[in-house]
Amino acid sequence: MPMIEMKNVSKWYGEFRVLTECTTQVEKGEVIVVCGPSGSGKSTLIKCVNGLELFQQGDILVNGISVGDTKTNLPKLRARVGMVFQHFELFPHMTITENLSIAQIKVLGRSKDEATERGLKLLERVGLKEQAAKHPGQLSGGQQQRVAIARALSMDPICMLFDEPTSALDPEMINEVLDVMVELAQEGMTMMVVTHEMGFAHKVAHRVVFMDQGKIVEDDKKDAFFGSPRSERAQQFLSKILHH
Amino acid sequence: MATWDWQVFCKDTIDGKIVPGCFGGSGDTTYLDWLLSAWGWTLSVSLLALLVALALGALMGILRTTPHRGLVLLGNAWTELFRNIPLLVQIFLWYHVVPALIPPLRGVPSFILVVLGLGLFTSARISEQVRAGIQSLAGGQRMAGLAMGFTLPQTYRYVLLPMAFRIIIPPLTSESMNIIKNSSVAFAVSISELTLFALQAQEETSRGIEVYLAVTGLYFISAFAINRAMLFVENRMRVPGMIGGGT
Repeated sequence: MPMIEMKNVSKWYGEFRVLTECTTQVEKGEVIVVCGPSGSGKSTLIKCVNGLELFQQGDILVNGISVGDTKTNLPKLRARVGMVFQHFELFPHMTITENLSIAQIKVLGRSKDEATERGLKLLERVGLKEQAAKHPGQLSGGQQQRVAIARALSMDPICMLFDEPTSALDPEMINEVLDVMVELAQEGMTMMVVTHEMGFAHKVAHRVVFMDQGKIVEDDKKDAFFGSPRSERAQQFLSKILHH
Repeated sequence: MATWDWQVFCKDTIDGKIVPGCFGGSGDTTYLDWLLSAWGWTLSVSLLALLVALALGALMGILRTTPHRGLVLLGNAWTELFRNIPLLVQIFLWYHVVPALIPPLRGVPSFILVVLGLGLFTSARISEQVRAGIQSLAGGQRMAGLAMGFTLPQTYRYVLLPMAFRIIIPPLTSESMNIIKNSSVAFAVSISELTLFALQAQEETSRGIEVYLAVTGLYFISAFAINRAMLFVENRMRVPGMIGGGT
């Protein structure tokens, strides 16, 4: 059973169709990179996986559980799916430690001590242990994004979704975030990553999904995608993004 | 300039004689006693109405930002109802019309009706501020909360409201000060608060200047005290690393 299975997902904003029959899957331990021009529906697609965006047709199964089924307990499902956002979205009024422990306590029912210990361990892992008592506004963008990754990991997720995790970062901070993600990938975490970082895709992705105008145009093994993309649109996209 | 006579406050309200020490003893009431009691009524009406306004305003403001269309409609209707009718008219409606339409309210003291009238009027304004505060956080924080596995109520409780309320402390301060000033409409339904005191005391004593200056001073002090209290709260709640938050 795939970790994430997407079957003919379509979505409309009123009359406007943003996703058209998107079908793909992510196996356990697999890393897939979703790329494509802006406005192609990548972010919308990844937000459908944990039900942050609703879709009108098709279905998505996460670890066998249907996201589209109205009877599904979405908070319970989301608690096991880690998500990292473009703009970090740490909770600004909480310290870093509180950011890392609040959901463990309120959602998973862990004790405060247990949650704090687990949070600090993950914070150390992303190299920010000394920032534990600070607030998000006191950290750089790259540091905030690493905390956001640690926060998602604190819930012991079965898979991780990344929605353009480096797009809002200064160039010199991109690598510190990518390094953490590469490490995660190498440890066997199941990951679905929307990104334009083709270096990251080269290094750790198993498959690349290319989207254009709400459709999955290409869904191929990494080497096949970079070697000889079949669609003209993907060829254009790659030549622009790789040779700038 | 006419000579001022501050002794007026030491006069007994019945026989007009100056009472030594200015405070009437057993059974006697000086204008100073009356002034202070009126101040007490003003503060009571204001603070109780503020509680009503904060509770209902926050609730309605929250409802208007939920994904449920029915709740949004309820919050919107509430807000529009109470902010599109003049405050004085609302007070009269509570006093004259509502008890006539809803018989169980007939025995309710006018003090309670004024608290409800002023509280609901202000709740519409606070609802608007709470809605604006929540919406200023954009969609990202809501999604982040939900993505962590929080339910919608938990997302409001732990993620959205703590920031939204911090953001709207300045307009809430104005609103809290307004409620002190707006409580003066209570005189219209014979609540013995500061404005009613001023009207009656200047009529009885003909010392309008002293009476109104004293009442003005007490209104100012009351509103200013709220202002300072809210500033204290604002400083205490400041988030390090945010605009104006220091380090």
